[in-house]
Amino acid sequence: MSGKIATITSGKGGVGKTTATANIGAALADLGFSVVCIDADIGLRNLDVVMGLENRIVYDLVDVIEGRCKLRQAMIRDKRLEEFYLIPAAQTRDKTAVSPQDMIRLTDELRADFDWILIDSPAGIERGFRNAIAPADIVVIITNPEVSAVRDADRIIGLVEAEDKGPGRLIINRVKPEMIKRGDMLGTEDVLDVLAIELVGVVPDDESVIVAANKGLAVVLDPRSKAGVAFRNIARRLSGENVEFEALDEQDGFFGRLSRLVKSGGEG
Amino acid sequence: MSLKESIRFGRRSSAQTAKERLKLVLVHDRAGLSPNRLDALKDELIDVISRHIEIDRHAVRISLTRDREQQRLVADIPLTPAPSRRGRSR
Repeated sequence: MSGKIATITSGKGGVGKTTATANIGAALADLGFSVVCIDADIGLRNLDVVMGLENRIVYDLVDVIEGRCKLRQAMIRDKRLEEFYLIPAAQTRDKTAVSPQDMIRLTDELRADFDWILIDSPAGIERGFRNAIAPADIVVIITNPEVSAVRDADRIIGLVEAEDKGPGRLIINRVKPEMIKRGDMLGTEDVLDVLAIELVGVVPDDESVIVAANKGLAVVLDPRSKAGVAFRNIARRLSGENVEFEALDEQDGFFGRLSRLVKSGGEG
Repeated sequence: MSLKESIRFGRRSSAQTAKERLKLVLVHDRAGLSPNRLDALKDELIDVISRHIEIDRHAVRISLTRDREQQRLVADIPLTPAPSRRGRSR
């Protein structure tokens, strides 16, 4: 087996890297792939709480790299999905504890046993980011439809290309279809026009993401969540399936469509 | 925003403003050249060119643009009108 390494990165903080990593990972595992997620945000560990595994941590990424434990010992298995693991970040160290070569060596070892290795990159463009993209086969850049996040995404796209890791693929996260309709939010076309990069998914802003993270569960396991559907489709696209992009308008569900139909009928 | 909506509101939407601002800031980010330094470049360019040919200083336009792959520094430098010369060439 030779697994694929995908790094999820953004430049700007707080756009949804960790949520995306946890959910794309869970969706891939649910599709039957074996998956390991690595939290590369040394010193600001978060993927463990989003995945609900914070109480099971014994060893972390830095312990593996510095030889205090075996790779398998630092891998925590998900509560629900069989072939889904986390390698947590160290919380008491900083980014200099890991080098890009360390990441390449570690992930090369994992390639033999897993279909997918997902790396949750820290924000910023410094050492932590370089560690995270060093072993990547695919770089997924996540942004929000806001000027600050799009600007940073553009910078990251340039850096990823400069490291010969391009072209990256884009996820637009926390999209509010109502605001786009009003003309108060950049739409998918606007963002793609500005960034000129391949799109891999559009995730609507959805409260169920926070509810799931509160419980330490993956939102992709909630079949009613619009964001969950979007993340599942992203996982399928990454694994090579040709999945049509969900129309944002239709994401308000059957009743939304029905009520519009009734309304337009009334006007006519 | 749909055309119908733009007409109804009779103003540019905040999304359109965002997109235009982004495009401009990204052209400068990508080139590593701030608007200020571009202005300085323009002044120097005018000085150099004026030494060789008469140009209409105030009509010079210089800008950074981008098509799909390539970034471009575009300068539009009108020459001072010289009707006598044009007459002679006929």
